[in-house]
Amino acid sequence: MADTPTEGAASSGGMPQLDFSTFPNQIFWLVVTLIVIYFVLSRVALPRIGSVLAERSGTITNDIAAAEDLKQKAVEAEEAYNKALADARAEASRIVDETKAEIQSGLDAAIAEADAEIAARAAEGEKAIAAIRDSAKDDAAAVAKDIAKDIVAAVAPGKIDAKSVTAAVAAKVKG
Amino acid sequence: MAESKDGGLVFKPMEQFEVAPLFGDGPVGMFTITNSTMWMALAVLAVVALMVLGTRSRAIIPSRSQSIAELVYGFIYQMVEDIAGKDGVKYFPYIMTLFLFILFSNYLGLLPKAFTPTSHIAVTAVLAVGVFVAVTVIGFVKNGAGFLSLFWVSSAPLALRPILALIEVISYFVRPVSHSIRLAGNMMAGHAVIKVFAGFAALLAISPLAILAITAMYGLEMLVAGIQAYVFTILTCVYLKDALHPHH
Repeated sequence: MADTPTEGAASSGGMPQLDFSTFPNQIFWLVVTLIVIYFVLSRVALPRIGSVLAERSGTITNDIAAAEDLKQKAVEAEEAYNKALADARAEASRIVDETKAEIQSGLDAAIAEADAEIAARAAEGEKAIAAIRDSAKDDAAAVAKDIAKDIVAAVAPGKIDAKSVTAAVAAKVKG
Repeated sequence: MAESKDGGLVFKPMEQFEVAPLFGDGPVGMFTITNSTMWMALAVLAVVALMVLGTRSRAIIPSRSQSIAELVYGFIYQMVEDIAGKDGVKYFPYIMTLFLFILFSNYLGLLPKAFTPTSHIAVTAVLAVGVFVAVTVIGFVKNGAGFLSLFWVSSAPLALRPILALIEVISYFVRPVSHSIRLAGNMMAGHAVIKVFAGFAALLAISPLAILAITAMYGLEMLVAGIQAYVFTILTCVYLKDALHPHH
């Protein structure tokens, strides 16, 4: 069959598709072609593409998981930051309050001390003023007696003794 | 086919389908290297170029050729898995082989002066009968006599079942015929019509129209080449599904 002459049938004007003499040739080469393609695909191409696709989907899955992980970490970090911030704020306000209280108590003590000193100075001053007033009264009385004596001696010498003059002046000064 | 010498019109729409030896002028023997052999070899080279050379970088972020190879892989893999089910994936390499061979034969055949191996009933019949035999064997191996329940429509009334069984058996055996003639017929018709329009292009009065028609037909054939490869493959998947799950 393979060696039958075919020229006549093909060129006579019929359908070349129905020229059965070329069938063995076409079928043989088709089978060869299919076997070659099959082995190229099943041994090389398809496993390679399959592994590339699997690797890619694995990479994508891993990357998404890693991204999820990092996102979680970011949220945790933000929470920690907020917590640290709140703690720091509380600590700061505590320190402010403490310091304020300390300063207030120091201030109160200083004011009290100053008040006490002022009171003491005022008392001293008053005492001194009282002493000065007393001594001034005595001096005035002494001066008045002396002057009275001198006046009496000048007006009526020898008639009135010094003692009665002094008593009269003392009564006058008191009164 | 029809040759009319008057007016310079020469119609030889079937000449392009002739199988002739590539070297010399002898008879076409079984192992002769013919134009058909050459275009099949070019299809093999195209498959290797796309699926092996195109993917040689194995990149996580694919190059253009690797993207196309992955797209084709994913497309056919999805088709097999969706139609034939998980247990059909085992036959994915052979279905991929069929798809790529038909696809590249069809598209290479659209090059000017090219030969289209898939326009020959001898080629498509071998492809279809191969699928038919393989599917029948798989059906009986996987399901035993239960494979025959494919022909016994249990949802129909009992009286109708023998008649339906007869129809089912006939349609089962017609499958390889329609499967192969659909592909060869589509490829042959398109190429022949383009050739007829090319014959008309020799007439000055209608040559613009003829060239426009050739362009339009060529665009249509670009669609048909892809669609027929797709149809052949999806029917193979459907037949495989029948073999693996005859009860549905």
